[in-house]
Amino acid sequence: MSRNGLLIDYQYCTGCHSCEVACRNEHNIPRGKWGIKLTEVGPWQVEGDKWEWNYVPVPTTLCDLCEDRVKAGEKPTCVHHCLGQCMEYGPVEELAKKMAGKGKKVVMFAP
Amino acid sequence: MSKITKEWKHVNEDGSYTVRTCGWSPPGDHPVGCGMKLHVKGGKLVKVEGDPDHPISQGRLCIRCLTLPEFVHHPQRITTPMKRAPENRGKDIWQKISWDEAWDIIVPKIKEFKKKYGAESIVVFGGTGRQACLYYYPLGFASIGTPNVCYPWSGWSCYGPRCSITDYILGAGYPEIDFAGTYPDRYDNPNYVVPKWIMQWGKNPLMSNPDGFFGHSLIDLLKRGTELIQIDPRMTWLGTRSKYVCQLRPGTDTALALAFINVIINEELYDKDFVENWCYGFDELKERAQEYSPEKVADITWVPAQKIREVARFMATEKPGAIQWGLAVDENPNGVQLGHAILSLCAITGNLDVPGGITMGPPAALLGKWRMETRRNLSPELWDKRIGAKEWPALSTAMATTHPDETLDTLETGKPYKLRMGWFNSSNFITPTCSAQPDRWYRALKSLEFNVVQDLFMTPTAMAFADVFLPLPTFAEADGVVVTHFGRNAVFLGAINEALRVGDTKSDIEVCIELGKKLHPDMWQFDSVDDFFTKQLKPELGIDFNDLREQFIYQPKYEYRKFETGKLRSDGEPGFNTVTGMVELTSTLFEAWGEDALPYFQEPPYSPVSTPELFKEYPFVLTTGARKFTSFHSEHRQISTLREIDPYNEMEIHPDAAAKLGIIDGDWVMMENMFGKCKAKAKLTPIIHPQVVHSTHGWWYPEKPGEEPSLFGVWESNINTLIPHKHIGKLGFGCPAKQMICKVYRIEEGV
Repeated sequence: MSRNGLLIDYQYCTGCHSCEVACRNEHNIPRGKWGIKLTEVGPWQVEGDKWEWNYVPVPTTLCDLCEDRVKAGEKPTCVHHCLGQCMEYGPVEELAKKMAGKGKKVVMFAP
Repeated sequence: MSKITKEWKHVNEDGSYTVRTCGWSPPGDHPVGCGMKLHVKGGKLVKVEGDPDHPISQGRLCIRCLTLPEFVHHPQRITTPMKRAPENRGKDIWQKISWDEAWDIIVPKIKEFKKKYGAESIVVFGGTGRQACLYYYPLGFASIGTPNVCYPWSGWSCYGPRCSITDYILGAGYPEIDFAGTYPDRYDNPNYVVPKWIMQWGKNPLMSNPDGFFGHSLIDLLKRGTELIQIDPRMTWLGTRSKYVCQLRPGTDTALALAFINVIINEELYDKDFVENWCYGFDELKERAQEYSPEKVADITWVPAQKIREVARFMATEKPGAIQWGLAVDENPNGVQLGHAILSLCAITGNLDVPGGITMGPPAALLGKWRMETRRNLSPELWDKRIGAKEWPALSTAMATTHPDETLDTLETGKPYKLRMGWFNSSNFITPTCSAQPDRWYRALKSLEFNVVQDLFMTPTAMAFADVFLPLPTFAEADGVVVTHFGRNAVFLGAINEALRVGDTKSDIEVCIELGKKLHPDMWQFDSVDDFFTKQLKPELGIDFNDLREQFIYQPKYEYRKFETGKLRSDGEPGFNTVTGMVELTSTLFEAWGEDALPYFQEPPYSPVSTPELFKEYPFVLTTGARKFTSFHSEHRQISTLREIDPYNEMEIHPDAAAKLGIIDGDWVMMENMFGKCKAKAKLTPIIHPQVVHSTHGWWYPEKPGEEPSLFGVWESNINTLIPHKHIGKLGFGCPAKQMICKVYRIEEGV
């Protein structure tokens, strides 16, 4: 059986926190803990107008890839609510294929 | 959560139900109208989920809506009317009353003031962006009967200037980038063209989601190949994904716009056909632009001359493209000229009203029209008494309000007459949102004899002034209509459907109708809220309110190139609805009002250039008000999930500048100038120029003592105390909220 994962194209993650809050709502996660947590890298100047500034949401051990929602035919809540629509859910093999067609700022988690 | 269904109200198997709705406010947002499902169980809003069938938001939702249940059921929310004895103002001594008791206090008071001192002795204050801004005008004009409706921000510095400039120069509704919002199939529609470029001028719509534009549409377009250009004093996250960033000195925008015009005209890159057929006063603009060479403007703005040339060439040669302008245009005493220059750039690059360019609304639009019609309740003599109308004709022609700065002067001096009663509709404006010198307003407003405040929480403003507090419902708790761009370029209309009601609240329109029937019944011949909306919708769209509920979203058909077909003018002739019938690159109206007919650059009132001596003492340029995902102006400070993400007022300072001052990241600092001071937590970041600092706005601390003198700590982190009163442009618009000066120093104690 194939394992499922989350693909995050962080070229388009705007740092909006929707994944964090939607996840907490879905799983009733208390303050101080997270099912998925936004991380920030940068900002710093690379050279001239080129800058490094990335947000990457990282799933934690509390992430069950929204098992119940997925069973009911819906997307995980982080994927559903992501304002940048930069997250995808699916079997890791399929996501890996999709990754190949994206830019450099892409990551896959298989929590 | 139940399965998403397309009924507007769906009862689930367990007896809970789900209501499909579009968001506006409160809690605050500009009219973006994101689609969502509200899940109600046992009389409580238990969950909010984005609606994937909404053509614009497509299931996406920001954290302000995702935390709506926390807001709706917050223990500090006020959900019954309350009264307080006038001598107890500023004290937390309230008595709960019924709505009938509230009306029994309010209605005789209004009648008394009108009889004794004239209706003009009553002033209605409105805040920014919330649904209330559709209703506080009729509340004043038609329910109460006063001509004095006031948006108190110095120079009317939010949205109003941009709308007025558009009226004068284009004779059209609000210009917006074409993001395929009117098409159910959006970007896939065959009539749509993806813009080659979008310029964000003083705007960061990811956070601010302003005025009907769904901000993350920019991300949709980035993915489809649109190149972004940022004009911003800060390197924003969007800037890091952009082709060009012009990181300019705050307040020098108009010089930059004129330099773009200089390059485009002198290199003959402009759209000759459009300029010849549809523009008035091109030769004069060409002559004016000669004063703004890229080299000269580079010195003024800090943007290199070569970059100015490259950006100008790119804008003029790639088509279609669009400019989106932000609050920075309004919050600038030189902003009318900036707006004029930006619209001129849109015109001479040939991007007005074309697919993938800039859309324009018709001159008057839905609900907006009704708002203005309510003025007929006021006699011409009474209308003439509107504060500041005679002194500021350009502002008072376009805006049906008082002049904000004159209103403070009137409160302080009693001239031309004394104001006696205030009605604060969703406006917490002594908190640093929409007033300059809020400490002066605070003292002046104390002179009012009777005040009504409508809000959802006890705010510093309500605690300071209210004699009667009327509680409002959230958008989850009342019926309504989302009118994107406040009706001035309706991308779509969305249904707001009541899902539940907490406590004993009344919505803005319910209050208007109920109070109106008691005082001016001829103006309020509506049986119900439902009937009211149906009477607005039916004549223009042929649908009633229930149809809109069922349909959920109404997207009007958009027509491009309306200037060719006569659809922009009331007389049906081709052209623009201006005095000359053309885009006025040279403005006939500005000239008539004693202003220069052409755009020009003027230094900010306080700057390294205009006040070099003061700048030695206050060596930073201060820019304020950039948004965060976590709040809308002064709202959301008591929502713990959001406060956990953004706990305090934050100021951004460059690490090099901070090092010289011994400030490290997370230190508490004071920003101070000759007008006031404000505490914040320092955030060291290279995205800001070493000579510039930025402060967030809207801060107060609901966890602090509410009674005077604290007023929830409203004076501790009040950035607008640093903004001067009445430093406005010649036509009455614009204040220096984004281009002040200050010093910064580390302080020991925090909040």
